Amino acid sequence: MSTVVVSAPGRTLARGVGRGIRDWVPAVVILVAILVGWQLAIEIFEIKRFLLPKPTAIAARFWEERETLWAAGWFTFQEALWGFAAGCSAAIAAALLLARFRPLGTALMPYFIAANAVPIIAFAPIAIAWFGIDKGSKVAIAAVLCFFPVLVNTLKGLTSVKPSSIELMHSYAAGELQIFRRVRIPASLPYLFSSLKVASVLAMIGAIVAEYFGGSLTSLGIQIKSASALFNFETAWAAILVACILGMAFYLAISLVERLATRWHPAARGTQ
Amino acid sequence: MEPATHAREERAWVANLVKRVVLTAVVLAALWAFWEGYRWLWMQTGWTRPFVVDDLTMPPLADIVSRLWEPLAEGQPPLIRDLLDKSAFTAREAGFGFALGAVVGFAIGVLLHHSRLLRRGFLPYVVASQTIPILAVAPMVVIWGGSIGLPVWARVGVISAFLTFFPVTINTIKGLDSADPRALELMRSYAASPWKVLWKVKFPASLPFVFAALKVSATASVVGAIIGELPSSIQDGLGGAILNFNQYYSLDPSALWATNIVAAALGIAFFGVVVLAERLVVRTAPEHVA
Amino acid sequence: MSAAHTSAAAVTIGGVTKTFQKGGTTALQEIDLELQPGEFVSLIGPSGCGKSTLLRVIGDLVQPTEGTVHVGGKTAHQARLDRDYGMVFQEAVLYDWRTVAKNIALPLELAGWDRRRRAERVKEMVELVELAGFESHHPWELSGGMQMRVAIARALSFDPKLLLMDEPFGALDEMTRERLNLELLRIWEASGSTVVFVTHSITEAVFLSTRVVVMSPRPGRIAGIVEIDLPQPRSADTREEPRFFELATELRELLRGRAVNPAGEREVVR
Repeated sequence: MSTVVVSAPGRTLARGVGRGIRDWVPAVVILVAILVGWQLAIEIFEIKRFLLPKPTAIAARFWEERETLWAAGWFTFQEALWGFAAGCSAAIAAALLLARFRPLGTALMPYFIAANAVPIIAFAPIAIAWFGIDKGSKVAIAAVLCFFPVLVNTLKGLTSVKPSSIELMHSYAAGELQIFRRVRIPASLPYLFSSLKVASVLAMIGAIVAEYFGGSLTSLGIQIKSASALFNFETAWAAILVACILGMAFYLAISLVERLATRWHPAARGTQ
Repeated sequence: MEPATHAREERAWVANLVKRVVLTAVVLAALWAFWEGYRWLWMQTGWTRPFVVDDLTMPPLADIVSRLWEPLAEGQPPLIRDLLDKSAFTAREAGFGFALGAVVGFAIGVLLHHSRLLRRGFLPYVVASQTIPILAVAPMVVIWGGSIGLPVWARVGVISAFLTFFPVTINTIKGLDSADPRALELMRSYAASPWKVLWKVKFPASLPFVFAALKVSATASVVGAIIGELPSSIQDGLGGAILNFNQYYSLDPSALWATNIVAAALGIAFFGVVVLAERLVVRTAPEHVA
Repeated sequence: MSAAHTSAAAVTIGGVTKTFQKGGTTALQEIDLELQPGEFVSLIGPSGCGKSTLLRVIGDLVQPTEGTVHVGGKTAHQARLDRDYGMVFQEAVLYDWRTVAKNIALPLELAGWDRRRRAERVKEMVELVELAGFESHHPWELSGGMQMRVAIARALSFDPKLLLMDEPFGALDEMTRERLNLELLRIWEASGSTVVFVTHSITEAVFLSTRVVVMSPRPGRIAGIVEIDLPQPRSADTREEPRFFELATELRELLRGRAVNPAGEREVVR
């Protein structure tokens, strides 16, 4: 008769959640410390409000203007999202193509890396000249910002397979397509997701900066710009807060998908 | 090395360089052809998607290049002179931002690597910091910097450092974590102090990761510098030039395009410097991958 | 064991030479070898003797500069396309993103087997290598020896006529190695395929094989072939029999470049 002790499922779940909560305690403590420190520093050092309004003032303004700010946030987020979707899918398609036609990929890789080094944001005014001040120009900038990092990293992931893995597939007389499907693509997922996380942040920032050059009043970039121009710093910071929340949410969403898709990867297993 | 093998290696290196130069020329020529071809086709057919093509939205490349040699305004030196000056200004900001960001990023990385508690506490905010649009914070940093007497380029440099430090921090942590456990065990057997371990084992192990981050940071520093100049109405750098030429775009589109090309070159130059430094500093075993 | 196990293949190697352009080295020079169906042949020799290259030439992963290889009457190339052989490398080369069961099923998926047939065969293989209960585990959750067993199960999953193994147990400790040697013999008897086994270890070669081919380097060629006439089936005790030591010594001498002639005297081979 076995005497293996099996913990009740409810208890294991609770323990897992407990551990998860415990992991977040330091972060919460730091947040509280930052906010308290911020508030006190302003009072003690009498920092002028155009440098840094008090957290309490920002929170109050955030609540007052929440409808406008969230509408603007959602507007900007949509631009970022569309740009992200367009840029990343184009990059993935290009990466697959270049990994399939290796000589082309190896020859062009340095040029993509160089293109990745170009400050794309400088092209924001031109995007507006092309597409007008509507959403289109911001989507275009966000898309281009996402394209090169995702292309470079995904291509690297598709072509960084151990030679023995490929040799194994050859011993099974597997064709190129099958090698792609069963080896290269799964192996490239960690690289893909790490670049998608970077791209998510870039898309949001790109949309906001592009809006600065000309955009709808109902966008975060213009909200921040006009609030600053009117010395309305509490509103400006409240808008920044919205940008942060949306940016983080986007990043975390991708991290979640990453964790589901790459449970097998050493980094995800926590073996570091 | 035998003289025969040495000569063979040198010849291979030269052949490689020639191949690289020829390929670059081909790529540039292909881009030129694509640009002019696109212009021609869209203007012939009058297509309006994705955008209308005319001399304003897509000036001929020849015009853009020649604009560099025309004066900024009547009786002034050629545009390229002005842009090079502005590039130098922006480069100083970016360089300062790069250095500051790299040092601070590395320091934070070392700190967070050593303390799991601090890591859990601060890492979320390190990541969140990158979602703060520096465009919004730039004017405040410029004013604050002015109040403590920092020169303009240093103030924008601080803004640029904000974008630069993040990749360095993340990769420093990853790199220090990646040290071979057996090498660490060996150091422990020598009763080496934590500083020695850091210097002799962890730091060299982290170099490839840190350099990968520095390459990203090189670009980010230029982007940060340009963005930092925009809202603060700083005239002396490329950001100011972009704002300026944007205003007069309908009169002089080539000027803005020329500025963008110079900005692109600056970004690539910064990146190239870091690549060169990496090649000199980091000696890693060649990757055996398929 | 599956009722329909395919007949083992004979391997004919004729005049195979392989030179690599990069260094101008001759990895193999005019290798002639005939392997009977169902044999267990080991290739042994010092580094650079070409044994791994020869294995890859047989497996059509490397093209010979001259000469031909026939496996079961077909060319090596055709044999590979027909999936007539299974390979096991020194590293298990399992895919981290697949479970043990899915790793074993990989060649079956490539061969287009339907799901039910795949599941049946995987079950058989898992039992054969005694890894029942680990089907849903991932490679990183297994020890080195267990990973190697998965690799062997995968290589055998489609009943190959020829099994090629390149120092599969080289990275394992001695005890695991000896245990896996016994398991491999058991599997070989059950499947009946021909096996070509590359190894560094004299004792392993003697224990496992029906014949051992000794190779020498620069250029790679066959220095000698030794028949292993130890009784089958072999067991752990086989290693302690006097005949085992004699054969091991014969191999050792051949490796040193000295042969033992029929009269029992040592003579220099080269």
